[in-house]
Parts: sequence; structure tokens; C-alpha cells
Amino acid sequence: MIRAVLLVAVVLAGWQAYVDLGGIDEFLLPSPTDIAAALSDDRALLWRDFRVTATEVLLGLGVALAAGVLFAVALHLSSTLRRTAYPVLVASQTVPIVIIAPLLVAWLGFDLAPKLAIVALICFFPITVTTLDGLAGVDPDLRKLMRTLDASRWQTFRRVEAPAALPGLLSGAKIAVAVAVIGAVLAEQAGSSEGLGHLILQSIPQFATARSWAAVVVLSAFAIALFGALSLAERHLAPWAHRSEGVSR
Amino acid sequence: MTTLDEAPVQEPSIAQTPAGVRVAGVDRAYPTRRGAPVAALAGMSLHAARDEIVAVVGPSGCGKSTLLELVCGLQAPDAGTVESGPAVLMPQRDLLLPWACALDNAALALRVAGQGRDAARDQARPLFTDLGLEGFEAALPHELSGGMRQRVAVARTLLAGKPVLALDEPFASLDALTRGQAQAWLATALEREPRTVVMVTHDVEEAIVLADRVVVMSPRPGRAIAELEVALPRPRRRTDPAVVALREQALLALGAPT
Repeated sequence: MIRAVLLVAVVLAGWQAYVDLGGIDEFLLPSPTDIAAALSDDRALLWRDFRVTATEVLLGLGVALAAGVLFAVALHLSSTLRRTAYPVLVASQTVPIVIIAPLLVAWLGFDLAPKLAIVALICFFPITVTTLDGLAGVDPDLRKLMRTLDASRWQTFRRVEAPAALPGLLSGAKIAVAVAVIGAVLAEQAGSSEGLGHLILQSIPQFATARSWAAVVVLSAFAIALFGALSLAERHLAPWAHRSEGVSR
Repeated sequence: MTTLDEAPVQEPSIAQTPAGVRVAGVDRAYPTRRGAPVAALAGMSLHAARDEIVAVVGPSGCGKSTLLELVCGLQAPDAGTVESGPAVLMPQRDLLLPWACALDNAALALRVAGQGRDAARDQARPLFTDLGLEGFEAALPHELSGGMRQRVAVARTLLAGKPVLALDEPFASLDALTRGQAQAWLATALEREPRTVVMVTHDVEEAIVLADRVVVMSPRPGRAIAELEVALPRPRRRTDPAVVALREQALLALGAPT
């Protein structure tokens, strides 16, 4: 952690020196101190747009979690569905989201709906895949044992498979938060009148480049905070997953 | 019994015998991706009377695990008959659930049978004393030694309440010293609460120390080629001349140099 902070400090110092000594115009590339000033001066604006983007990200993640877990369980329980729907799910990820975003905006309008759809569309996939792997990764001998204990399909799911899949689900969610923020910004840039993605686009022609960068800083900080919260949740909900002796994986 | 979609199994035609286990003239082959099916068992027969401990020894790959799955009704024979009372499988590795404490792992069968958590724990507790696990009820599997984990697995197997236990190399993963202790705990537990046991092992000594009868299997396709009665008083010491003599007999039947 200290090393990471040091690395960031070195990069920022280099950046500052490059801008100051190279005489780079602030409108082209603001220095870290310019960005810090923008963070402070425009905090009301940033906060307003942050709340919009954060809502989109959190709701989108919620939809993605629900859909991802639902898909994973359904695919796990039915081999027919797995053969039929899994290729379609994979195909859904090959669609370039940059191109789909404006089309969804055209269809669903300028409000929250297309943003949720886009965030959820790119977030559900990692969650589905990692959860499905967790469910399917249960040791076959453990399944046999459960059958000799006369466990029903549901009991095996509840007592063995579901807990075994929890670490996978949380890993998928961690991957998802990293892309969720990107998805929300893309969705806003495809058509929106608010949100940090909108603010970034809007600030550039106003020569407020530092404000755009400040918005980027806020977005990154948000993604890092979400990731950290999930790591914390992981340690509390699935402490066994970080030990080498996990058996049912 | 439910069927898992990744391992479809025909409902086995097991006549439930109240007493023990009877395997008669069983063939079992597995299809291979290409070419002829591989025969795991051919003409395998085995008998275990009620509350008798039968050990099955044989070279690796002789179909021992297949035999246990047949006894447990996890697969059906291609030919021949398998009769067994309700049986519980104890797999080779302990397979404890890493998120559940030792007591909850042991009580798994009781929870599956629909008991509440507290009732299940209360029922599992006395066995922890019997198996020398007192004080480790709340420990998570990773906090236990290999020998203790295996004893928790023994407790889980006993608490399933089935008259027949199918043990698949129960102590193979333990070091020699720990294995001896774990065998002693199992022997004590079975003396207190007798069950019909079919125990597969590659450890001839373990077979003779624990079992009433030892069945020696041929290499694949497996069938019984010799049977040794172990009419020795318990507890048995592995250094006992009678144990050593039987061990040599068994090894001879296996075709191994003694």
C-alpha cells in the first residue's frame, strides 16, 4: 500500500514537473495542482454530477448482481439451458458497448433507464461466469457424499454449492465494479444532460480541462472505494476463500 | 434419491437388506471416449455380515472405489447383483466444508435430514468426546490437523445414521503415526457403536488391524482372489506376530514381495 502511494506520488511529481518546466498550456494538460484546484473550486458541480453517476453505477451493479446470480444458478441447474443460453451470453459480450450505447439511448431515452441497461449489460457477465464456475467447481466426491446423505438437489445447492460459489460471486463483483464506472460514463456521453461523463464532455469545449480531469479523479476514487468495500465484504463473508486449504474449490 | 444432471445415474436395483452387504458376480465397465469400454470390475463378489468390518485391499486401479459406489447405490452394476442396507460414503479426502465449524461439519447429515442447528449440534457433541475432538467443536477445518480433520469426517460418517459405512481409503492421506491414531479412534468408535463396514484400502496392515475379514482383489478388472479371516482379539498391535503373519499372507495373495 505504501509502495502504491509512493508510485502515485512519483508519477504526479513527474507530471507536475513536465507541465511546469515544459510550459504546457493548462488547457491542453493541466498539472496535478491545477486539477486539485478544480476539485476544490468546482466541488459543488462535481458533487451534483457525482451523485447522478453514482446512482447509475450502484443501481446498475444491483441489477447486474441480481441478473448475474440468477443466470448462473439457472445455467448451473439446467444443462439444456447451459448449452442453449451460454453461447448467447458470451456473444452479448462481443457487442461493442461504445456502439450500442447511443442505440440504447435512442431506444430508452435520456433518463436513467439506458444507463442502467448499459452498466448492467457489461457487469452481469463477469458475475455470471465466476459464480457459475464456483457452483460447478464443487468436488464431485462431495456431491457423492451428499447423495449418500440423502440430500435433495436443493439441499446440496443450499448447504454446499451456494456457499462454495460465494467467493466466485464476490470476485466477479470486484471485476464488475471496475467496469461499471466506465459503463456509466460511456452511457452518459452517449446522451445525457447530467452526470460526470456529461461534465467531462461539456468542460472540454469550455476550456475547463482541469475540471474534466477532476471529474476523472472523482470517478477513479469512486471505483477504488467500491472495490475496497467489496474486498472488505469478501474478507467478512468468505474468509475461507483466502486460505490455501479450501477443499471444495 | 435425487439425480444430479452432471452425473446421471440410473436408480440402482438394490434390494435393501437389513443386515449387511452382498455383492455377487458384479461386472462394471466404463465407456471410454474412443475404443472399447474399460472393465473396472469383472465377477466381483463380496459379503459382509451385519456389523462385520470387511477390508478390501488391492493394487491401485483395481476398481475399489467403483465397488464402494456400487454399495452406496451411486452407480448400478452392468451384471450381477448388489444388495446393501442404506450406506454412507466416506470419501478419500476429508472434504470438510471450509466455511463450517467442526461440529457443523460432523452434523451435516443431521441438518440434511431436517434437524435444526442446535439439535444437530447437541447430537454431534458426544461423538466429539468419543473421538478425542473435545474443545475443537468451534474450530474451522483449516485450524485442525490432518488427523483431526479425518476424525471429524469419521464423525460425519457415523452421524449419518446408516447401518452400512463405505470407507474409501479413509486414512491414506495421513502420515504413519497419525494414521495409527486415527485407526485406533475408528476402532473404538465402531466397538461402541457397531456398523457394517466395507473399507477399501491399499494398506494391508490397516486392513488387518481394523477388519474382521480381508478381501484381496486382483488387478483390473477387479475380482476377489483371496479372503483372510482375521480372528484376532482387539485392540490389535501391528507388531503382533499374528498380525505380521496375516500381513505376509495378504501380500503374497497380492503378488507383492514381502
